[in-house]
Amino acid sequence: MEDLLREYLPIVIFLGLAIAIGLVFIFAALIIAVRNPDPEKVSAYECGFNAFDDSRMKFDVRFYLVSILFIIFDLEIAFLFPWAVAFKDVGLLGFWSMIVFLGVLTVGFAYEWKKGALEWE
Amino acid sequence: MTVADIAFYIFSLTLVTAGLFTVVARNPVHSVLWLILSFLSASGLFVLLGAEFVAMLLVIVYVGAVAVLFLFVVMMLDVDFAALKGEMTKHVPLALLIGVVILLQLGLSFGVWESSDLAMGQRQAVTPDIKEVQNTAAIGQLLYTKYIYLFQSAGLILLVAMVGAIVLTIRHRTNVKRQDILAQIYRDPAEAMELKDVKPGQGL
Repeated sequence: MEDLLREYLPIVIFLGLAIAIGLVFIFAALIIAVRNPDPEKVSAYECGFNAFDDSRMKFDVRFYLVSILFIIFDLEIAFLFPWAVAFKDVGLLGFWSMIVFLGVLTVGFAYEWKKGALEWE
Repeated sequence: MTVADIAFYIFSLTLVTAGLFTVVARNPVHSVLWLILSFLSASGLFVLLGAEFVAMLLVIVYVGAVAVLFLFVVMMLDVDFAALKGEMTKHVPLALLIGVVILLQLGLSFGVWESSDLAMGQRQAVTPDIKEVQNTAAIGQLLYTKYIYLFQSAGLILLVAMVGAIVLTIRHRTNVKRQDILAQIYRDPAEAMELKDVKPGQGL
C-alpha cells in the first residue's frame, strides 16, 4: 500500500505546485495590483456602445449532442484499457467478448454517421 | 497517523466541502466547478483505496466529459436568476421535507448497520492482493469473461444512449446546402462542362 502511494508522490508534488502558483497569482492580484475602480472602468466594454444584452444566452442543442456522443466513445475507450492490460489472461472468450462490444458500438456509430449527427450543416 | 491517513482526511474534507458548496452556490456554473473539485477529491480517495483504475476513470469520464456536459446544460438552460429565486422560496418547504425524509432513512439504515464477520474475508476473496495483481489487470481478468453478460449489456446501454441522444436532439434544418463529398469525388470534368468554339461576332 505504501509503495503504491509512493508512486503518486510526483502527482502530489505537481498538484501542490499548481495550487501554490494559482494562489500566488490570486493573492498577488489582491495585494500588489493598483486598484482604482471607476464605473466606466469596471463596466463591460462593447466596442464603444452600451451592452445590448445579457451575456448569458442559450447554447445550440447540437453542442449537447456532440458532448453526449463524446462521452459514449470515451466510455468505450475506458473499457478497452483493462482489456489491453489483461490481454494475455482473458483468453479467446475475452477477446471475442470485446470484439462483440466494439461491434455493437460500431452499429451505433454507423447509425450516427448515416443520420448526419456528425455534421454541422 | 501515516501519510495515507492525512491524505484521506484532506481528500474527504475537500469532498464534503465541495459537495456543500455545490448545493449552496448561487451561480449554477460555480456549482459545476465545485462538483468538479468534489470529483477530483473522490478520485483521490479511490487512489487511497488502491482502486487506481476507478480513480483515473473518475478523472477521465466525470471530470473530462460529464462535467463538460453539465456546463453545457447549465449554459443551455438560460437561467434567469431572479425568477429562479422566486420559484425557490415556493419549493423550499417541499425540498426540506424530502431532505429530512432522506436523512431519517440514512439514520435508520446506519442505526441497524453492522458488518458480518465474514465481510472482510469476502472482500479479500473478490479483489486479488494488490502486490500480486495490479488493479487494472484485476478488473480486466474478471470483466470480460466472468461478467461477460454485464459487459455486453453495458455495450447495449451505450448503444441505446447513443441512439436516444441522436433521436431526441437532432434537428436537420431543411433548405440548407450540405456538402456531398461523394458527389464531389465522382464529379467528372468531361460531363460537368462543355467547350464551345465561338466564332467572333456570332455568339451561341
